Amino acid sequence: MKEFAFYPGCSSEKNASASNMENSVHHMCEMLGVKLKEIDDWNCCSASIGYAGGGHLPRLALTARNFALSKQQMGDSPVVASCAACWLALRETNERMHEEPGVKENLNTALKEAGLSYDGKLEVKHLVELLVDDAYVGFDALKAKVTKPLTGVKMAGYVGCQTNRPFGIAGDNYENPEYLDRMIEACGATAVPFPKKVACCGGALAFSENEKSCDLIKDILQSAVDNGAEVIVTPCPVCQLNVEVYQEKVNKLFGTNFAIPVVYYSQLFVLAWGGGWKKAALDQQVVPADVLKKFA
Amino acid sequence: MAYDLSFAKEVYKTSEVGYWIKMCMQCGVCAGSCPLGPHWEHSPRQLFQLVRAGKMEEVLKSDSMWMCTSCYNCIVRCPRGLPITHIVHGLARLAVEKGMADPKQPTRRFAVEVFWDNITSTGRVGEAGLTMKLYFIDGIGPGIQRGLEMKNQALGMLKTKRLNPIPFRSKIKGFAGFKAMLDKAFELEAKKESNA
Repeated sequence: MKEFAFYPGCSSEKNASASNMENSVHHMCEMLGVKLKEIDDWNCCSASIGYAGGGHLPRLALTARNFALSKQQMGDSPVVASCAACWLALRETNERMHEEPGVKENLNTALKEAGLSYDGKLEVKHLVELLVDDAYVGFDALKAKVTKPLTGVKMAGYVGCQTNRPFGIAGDNYENPEYLDRMIEACGATAVPFPKKVACCGGALAFSENEKSCDLIKDILQSAVDNGAEVIVTPCPVCQLNVEVYQEKVNKLFGTNFAIPVVYYSQLFVLAWGGGWKKAALDQQVVPADVLKKFA
Repeated sequence: MAYDLSFAKEVYKTSEVGYWIKMCMQCGVCAGSCPLGPHWEHSPRQLFQLVRAGKMEEVLKSDSMWMCTSCYNCIVRCPRGLPITHIVHGLARLAVEKGMADPKQPTRRFAVEVFWDNITSTGRVGEAGLTMKLYFIDGIGPGIQRGLEMKNQALGMLKTKRLNPIPFRSKIKGFAGFKAMLDKAFELEAKKESNA
């Protein structure tokens, strides 16, 4: 398979909050033979709250610079992102350059100051879109690599918001996306019904409105547990962080007793393909994923 | 009664995708789809009607826009296809530009005084610096208290190598160009507004 330009984003850096995602993504891609080449000197996409300080053009300029660097370094290669917010920013910037009058011209005037330019034409892919698409990997190939099926473990596929809206994974739907449940099943585990599948965890507001966010997180946890899940699985770094790390705070606020591991789909694949505990970055869970230990 | 529509016209012209507000048919699907619905003063539907009635103070001083978690439920469900999330973000930004947003609003503070500053001072998020600045935004005392409240979370992240103990990060290599690009983008954004 050809090499793709890769935009990991800030939370996937070494010692950052989603380094467990990045470490497992690295090993998952290595085992699949998917080659990702990190865009050199990329910058932050400004995530979901950049609008307040950066407004319209400065916010979009951040992502335009990442595209321009990718084009310079990797030509027409599609830009692949593993982070929900990074991927959304890439998709949004392309769309606005095409659809809103003046945006493309203004962004290029700004990019010129950095000696760069971008025509809005690079293709964007979420890493998940490479995995679920037969043209790249596909579910048959994902299943074929399983040597340690995660048989008997019940999991809630928590898709969350930004991998799902407003763009969504190609070929899936907003209210009941199915790709994550299919990934769980591909690993040999059982996907339980999960009504909070596309509910919001509070996102960046877990920082500024922590108790309001904890209220949302509590409902997500409760729904997973009520449906028998032993593990929550997600593709999104903010979902993973909020739903895992605030369990103790939720327990304090609401008198609950949650201690359920929240892992990335990439960690499941590495484990089910026989990669072991460390390559799956399962040693980087704040709530230990003990229920998966027997597959390591 | 006479309405002063100068604010409505300003929003249509200068607020990010504000012109879409004209298309709202007041159905309220956005209000029913919002995860922080129970907490805000006005739903998007109400905000849009206030804009159309020219009620600048009610709109820009509202805390409603700051309740947006960017979940995009309202965007995908709006029967008329309004980019509601972006309209709401645009109104929040307008409130910042006009100095009308409540300075104590926690998400405004986090987004403008902490987050934007954090990412534009080096080019990337420095998570440790971000968290520390947010905790200590009201001074040392409240900062230590907040830090203690979140002690276990922070320790859990440190132990699993998901938090850098050193709250410093170096600038990206192309920082000078990055900065010049942002300055130009702000200049163009301001021009767009003054043309309106």
